[in-house]
Amino acid sequence: MRTRSASLAALVAAGVVLSPATALAAPTPTPSPGSTTVTKAGTSFLSATPIAAGQPVRVGASTGEYLYWSFTAGAGEIHEIDASVSPAEDRTGSSTWTVEVFDGLRRRQACTAGAQTPTADASVRSVALGCTLRRVRPWAEPWSVDPLPGTYYVRLAVVEVPERDLGLPIDVELRISATGDAGTAPEDGRLETPLVPPTNAGEVLEAVPTLAPAAEDDGWNLDLTGWLPEAGSRWIWTTAGGVLAAVAGVFGFALTRRPRVRTAVR
Amino acid sequence: MRAKDIDGRSRISVAQQAFGEVVDALPDETQLGIRVLGATYQGKDKQQGCLDTQQIVPVGPVNREQAKAAVATLRPTGFTPVGLALREAAKDLGSGTTARRIVLITDGEDTCAPPDPCQVARELAAQGTTLVIDTLGLAPDEKVRRQLLCIAAATGGTYTAATSAEDLTGRLKQLVDRARDTYATTPSKVDGADACQGAPLLAPGVYTDRETFSEHRWYRVPVRPDQELRASVSMAMDRPVNPDYGVLLRATATDGRELVRGVDAGSGRTDVVSAGLRWSAGADEDADEPDEETSPSPSASATPAVTTVCLVVSNMFSPRAGTEKDPGMPVELTVDVVAASPTPDGPDLGRGWVLLLLLTLAGLLTGLVTGLLTRWWVATWREN
Repeated sequence: MRTRSASLAALVAAGVVLSPATALAAPTPTPSPGSTTVTKAGTSFLSATPIAAGQPVRVGASTGEYLYWSFTAGAGEIHEIDASVSPAEDRTGSSTWTVEVFDGLRRRQACTAGAQTPTADASVRSVALGCTLRRVRPWAEPWSVDPLPGTYYVRLAVVEVPERDLGLPIDVELRISATGDAGTAPEDGRLETPLVPPTNAGEVLEAVPTLAPAAEDDGWNLDLTGWLPEAGSRWIWTTAGGVLAAVAGVFGFALTRRPRVRTAVR
Repeated sequence: MRAKDIDGRSRISVAQQAFGEVVDALPDETQLGIRVLGATYQGKDKQQGCLDTQQIVPVGPVNREQAKAAVATLRPTGFTPVGLALREAAKDLGSGTTARRIVLITDGEDTCAPPDPCQVARELAAQGTTLVIDTLGLAPDEKVRRQLLCIAAATGGTYTAATSAEDLTGRLKQLVDRARDTYATTPSKVDGADACQGAPLLAPGVYTDRETFSEHRWYRVPVRPDQELRASVSMAMDRPVNPDYGVLLRATATDGRELVRGVDAGSGRTDVVSAGLRWSAGADEDADEPDEETSPSPSASATPAVTTVCLVVSNMFSPRAGTEKDPGMPVELTVDVVAASPTPDGPDLGRGWVLLLLLTLAGLLTGLVTGLLTRWWVATWREN
């Protein structure tokens, strides 16, 4: 490489966005599956590019970059992430790639299937990555790391690569598919607020906020809910089963009786 | 930059052409400034050559013709004061509240250290405003690559090796796009304390802080009994550390009792290590007698108490030999307080006396109705 020329020069271009109006207009509308291809990727959790299930992503990047996307998951769904990376052809060694998934609290999510960290030789044209997530539950203990409805983050990066291959161009394709939109029973609980992280700048408080005393109402409704059974399909099914059982019982009983009607006709 | 090794053209002409194309495609609302280094001083004096950096286009809405004309006249000279230029570029951008990005394009390593450009980048990133430096190496050699990688890693930016004009243009456009898309609100800066007592009280939102090796940073979050605390933390690896690392986020009561923890660990290349936790006050109600410090007014026993939860962030990074300890590594803390999700009741039917009673009643009613119907039917039949 003839890089050591006698004279060197450089440019620093400083690009900055200061107008909040344009930035606020930025949030991507949720597109329908199979619609426009996303050609962007974020570079951190906060700047992750939102994508929808079924929406194709095709983006050019550099080896060594960390690419972030985010998607929204609902209870009962299973998400499958399929990605392929086409590394630069003039690379010198083998590289290991990884696709990692984090939930709205940035907790690592397990993959139940898929090649999460494949290694590509220097000659391979493209590397396929995959990750199938667990079924999203409608509710979980605060202490568990079960997948819950809310935002999920996908991070794609190279984890092992010869240093001289860093910075070379790559092409990344990614698609997220959602299956099993099973309705969940109310008995399974419900997450009051989905795991969607706040994005506003924080504020340091001066003192612990005081609470207004609880309103002095007697709460008739609250008391009644303890006594009355909760309306649910189980009550209807059980009652219907009881009725059917009784009908079948009467019918069986009638079968063993002398057929009085015919005798009467004669 | 005079070397003709990119598609048979000199690097400076490739850079100028790429820059022209990017400026043409720039959206109107983007604010852009251009600063050059090593472009005017023709002499051999290092001391003077290392001060050679000028802002040729001030930061603001783009004047396309002016920007292109300014770039087109550039001629490369001798010295590359990268560190100084970065400092000046950060000054050019001013101190607003939004995130800002610097794109550094160079074909040669810094020839003017000190200041070491990598250390400068780390200092700039630690100054509070979110500053990301993306680096572009034109046909880079090993030294350039190392230096640009270090600068990019120190600020959470990216490094790209451009070996063709097409590469350079595409990448430059992408980086400018990213500057436009970068989140509008920048996390607010907070200084964690070294103990729970007196730690900053946080409202829901995103915060940044710095934490050095084997340091603990404490914060406090007020949580009402019917609320759930959600917190997550990301620590960035902005400097070389040993291959195995981890981050731990714990929530404790004011007396030090641990409530819940979130932890993640890993090894190898990564940008950030993250952990998160959820905790709801309701579940801990019985055990958690409000103490004087947290209860809003000791006299009013009817008022529900606000629990103050302490959050402590610690890391399991270990420095390599020669790794700087200060400033600490960037910590991004997200705090949210939302309505608690109560534990669902188990199925309220399916076993027990209530089920038997219900079935008995259903059977009895059905028997009664069938019997009555039969009697009525027999009676009407006899009459006819």
